[in-house]
Amino acid sequence: MIYYTEDHEWIRVEGTIATVGITDYAQSQLGDLVFVQLPDVGANVAKGDASVVVESVKAASDVYVPVNGTVTAVNDAVAATPELVNSAPEGEGWLWQMELADTSQLDGLMDAAAYAKHIA
Amino acid sequence: MNCRNRRLCQPVSGEPLLTDDLHSIKTLPLEPLHIAAGAKFGAFAGWNMPLSYPLGVMKEHLHTRSAAGLFDISHMQLVGIEGPDALAFLAYALPLDPNLMIDCQSKYTFLLNENAGIDDDLIVTRLSETRFMIVANASRAVDDVAELKSRATKFDVTVTALPRVTLALQGPLAEQALMEVGITNLPQSFMTASEPKPNWFLTRSGYTGEDGFEIAIPLNEAEAFAARLAAQTDVEWIGLAARDSLRLEAGLCLHGNDIDAAIDPISAGLTWAVPKSIRADGTFVGAKAFARVLNDGPSQKRVGLKAEGRQPVRGGVLLTDETGAAAGRVTSGGFGPSAEGPVAMGYIRADLATIGTRVLADLRGKPTPMIVSSLPFVPHSYRKG
Repeated sequence: MIYYTEDHEWIRVEGTIATVGITDYAQSQLGDLVFVQLPDVGANVAKGDASVVVESVKAASDVYVPVNGTVTAVNDAVAATPELVNSAPEGEGWLWQMELADTSQLDGLMDAAAYAKHIA
Repeated sequence: MNCRNRRLCQPVSGEPLLTDDLHSIKTLPLEPLHIAAGAKFGAFAGWNMPLSYPLGVMKEHLHTRSAAGLFDISHMQLVGIEGPDALAFLAYALPLDPNLMIDCQSKYTFLLNENAGIDDDLIVTRLSETRFMIVANASRAVDDVAELKSRATKFDVTVTALPRVTLALQGPLAEQALMEVGITNLPQSFMTASEPKPNWFLTRSGYTGEDGFEIAIPLNEAEAFAARLAAQTDVEWIGLAARDSLRLEAGLCLHGNDIDAAIDPISAGLTWAVPKSIRADGTFVGAKAFARVLNDGPSQKRVGLKAEGRQPVRGGVLLTDETGAAAGRVTSGGFGPSAEGPVAMGYIRADLATIGTRVLADLRGKPTPMIVSSLPFVPHSYRKG
């Protein structure tokens, strides 16, 4: 199941592990990314934390943690090659994975149809 | 996800907006052309401006360096100066010796206030002893025209804001592209000008570090001309975001960011723009203050700054020296697609303004080393005639 936030993050959930990235809409608004700063593996993060900074040629943007949890993996490929987030934002351009602390927090998020309406 | 800097998810330059009021925001005469080209728009200096096109900022930037980039810079204001006292007026109004200029020569100069602060930076072109053209920045245009008119009251000269569409065509293939649309007899060296048709005004100049041209065109002839230029295979529309990264790599100042009414040309490293003959005892507005700073030396200087690592350091970030004492601030910063890394400029204490000095940028609480560097980051490719 994939969930979306109003702030243009996506969260793909398998069991209690979630993979997080930014949406295609978000990358298209940001333009060419040149820098991605990822969280530390093992970090406890809370909903609303600005855990990641993505920077395009002109703008720096925060990516917010959508739900509480513990970072289990980060995508080193996007740190080395930020343009992966532009070319495959919802695939190879994922940002980090986390163990969910409270799956009920997912209830407040949007599904693909609702998100499509949100950005329309 | 949310944007830290000025406007939500839009790559924009830092020039302060005159207003966010949509009712008073100005639109470019050629806006329909930009909409048709797929431009993303944003507010800049009171204008709704194309920020980028479907090509994207990175490719727009690189295309300008390798081929020809077309920019709509109609937000800038062309001002005509005409009358028998034009030479005397300009020698008073600007830190310039218009007698030393030859016809068709352009000069980078300033509108200084009495404190020698830079109210605006300008390009002035001498067409004849009695006729000059000035190009002013969008954010300052209204004030500049009023100030020039006020300085002109004692002279037999008229100051007229001229309505034009202004296009910039920049890059190594700019000359060829212009000739292909029938503009010939182009000025042969950078910072020279011509009037190819009645009420057209063309300078070999620009804001990218590349060879190129700025062309002011009467409104009724502009759309057809722009469309023909844009249709050339080597020409792409380029937005303001790439214009900003291009000028930053070229070490060129953005008024409102890197220079302003509180900064004099000496601190800004722009003393070269003021002729030697008038530096010590000129009679232009601001001359006394200018001579004083020149004599005493500036307390801060504009320098290039290179961040170690990949993260861009943007305008507004504060700098400290190795002991933690205040050292200055970044005024413009971002990623340089041609420099292939972060590039920035800013002001630091004069005692630190030596190439190679290490300072620390406060990047949201994380001290990030930056090295004082020479400007430009990418060598200029101006045509020498």
